[in-house]
Amino acid sequence: MNSLGKSLCRFWHSSIGKKIVVALTGAMLILFLLGHVVGNLLVFAGREAMNDYAEFLLHMMHGTGIWVARIGLLVALVLHIVATVSLVRQNRAARDVDYSCKETVQASKSSRIMIWSGLTVLAFVIFHILHFTVRVDSGLANLHDPANPDRHDTFGMVVAGFQNPLVVLFYIVGISLLCSHLSHGIASVFQTLGWRSKKVAGPEKKLGWAIAILLWLGFLSIPVATMMGCLGDPPKIHAAVEEPAKAE
Amino acid sequence: MNLTLKVWRQESPNDKGNIETYEAKDIPAEASFLEMLDIVNEEIIVAGGDPIHFDHDCREGICGACSLTINGVPHSKENGITTCQVHMRKFRDGDTIWIEPFRARAFPIVKDLVTDRASFDRIIASGGYISVRTGSAVDANSLPVNFEDASESFNAAACIGCGACVAACKNASAMLFVGAKAAHLNLLPQGEPEKDKRVLGMVRQMDAEGFGNCTNQYECEAVCPKEISTDVIAKLNRDYATAATREAVE
Repeated sequence: MNSLGKSLCRFWHSSIGKKIVVALTGAMLILFLLGHVVGNLLVFAGREAMNDYAEFLLHMMHGTGIWVARIGLLVALVLHIVATVSLVRQNRAARDVDYSCKETVQASKSSRIMIWSGLTVLAFVIFHILHFTVRVDSGLANLHDPANPDRHDTFGMVVAGFQNPLVVLFYIVGISLLCSHLSHGIASVFQTLGWRSKKVAGPEKKLGWAIAILLWLGFLSIPVATMMGCLGDPPKIHAAVEEPAKAE
Repeated sequence: MNLTLKVWRQESPNDKGNIETYEAKDIPAEASFLEMLDIVNEEIIVAGGDPIHFDHDCREGICGACSLTINGVPHSKENGITTCQVHMRKFRDGDTIWIEPFRARAFPIVKDLVTDRASFDRIIASGGYISVRTGSAVDANSLPVNFEDASESFNAAACIGCGACVAACKNASAMLFVGAKAAHLNLLPQGEPEKDKRVLGMVRQMDAEGFGNCTNQYECEAVCPKEISTDVIAKLNRDYATAATREAVE
């Protein structure tokens, strides 16, 4: 192994190095979430705007853009999880006998459930990808834009996908835990990358909470609005979903 | 006042250990916490038992020898003081007090509440020093240090190495201690030339000792008897990233 390889290896195996990997990949995922929520909110601009946006993403850079983004996000997510799980295992080993009487002085609740909120969010992300990206439900996969039958009706898929209250409930739980995770995670990014001091700690913490709350409102506005019927007529969507079954 | 003590007793490093209950009777309110333990120990000795072993030295809050996790908080819930400066007037008659050692794999228990904190010494030996002779006292103005750096360095230098930061951290992380010791020297012109070597050496020794990792909950800062800020952890993270990058490039 050359000296650069050795240095990278040492960096990965150091406590601070692994935490920096968690912070950098976390920052990448936060930036993705900000872009994702802005794009998703186009659902409120109507079917055409949403489907144009979905088509743009699919054909970005002649179709390679979306795969570059997907692979980049997958690598970031895997590194984030692998590094975190490794750190948690080290942390548990660092105190072999626990206190009989435990007291917390100032650690926030969100900070104390990071690994559990993170693992629940992972389960949610897998469900979300199967739901809207892989589209394991053929009813959602076979929707066509009424104005342009050659393209997928992403708008209709979103509305049809949120007709089941249990799905909406899982989204509420998943997004809420994601935002709890971020309320501590965003401020932690600044600390781990060495960009925190007493002067900026307050604004950084507020920024973390502000982003977490905005993401919570933005993401959950869609399933809630759909359930309330604000995004169109559900029966039409149901008819579109059921069409392939009738054809069979 | 009369108190019930739940004390961790452990015969030797390899003993399993357990919590034992003691009744502390007629404790004067003006006694310090360690004096209260002295009184209890006298009764144990008179009764032919083995006294409770605990660390102590100056009993003035400046040496860093005393430890004890009192009711789940290292050095007790009082802010900015060591265990030896905790007084019994802060407790109420009839209270039950849990007394445990500073718990961390890197602080093995020697006996009862006495822990071996030599891992901190080994971290210091791996970079927490200046390896050139800085000479005898020179004129204060001959080596300019800006006020902010001097203040930050001075605040970091207040660390007495007691280990409460490790004991309070849910991950038993030593980042506040290492951050303070590194910042103390890294901020000054005398320490700056060996900054990279110091940070890499101390962090690697910290990891080798089996301390956990900082998850930014800042419990360490809350219990530190010298109220050292977690800013030193941010600085350590920054200095380590810079040093590791330089090491990879060179």
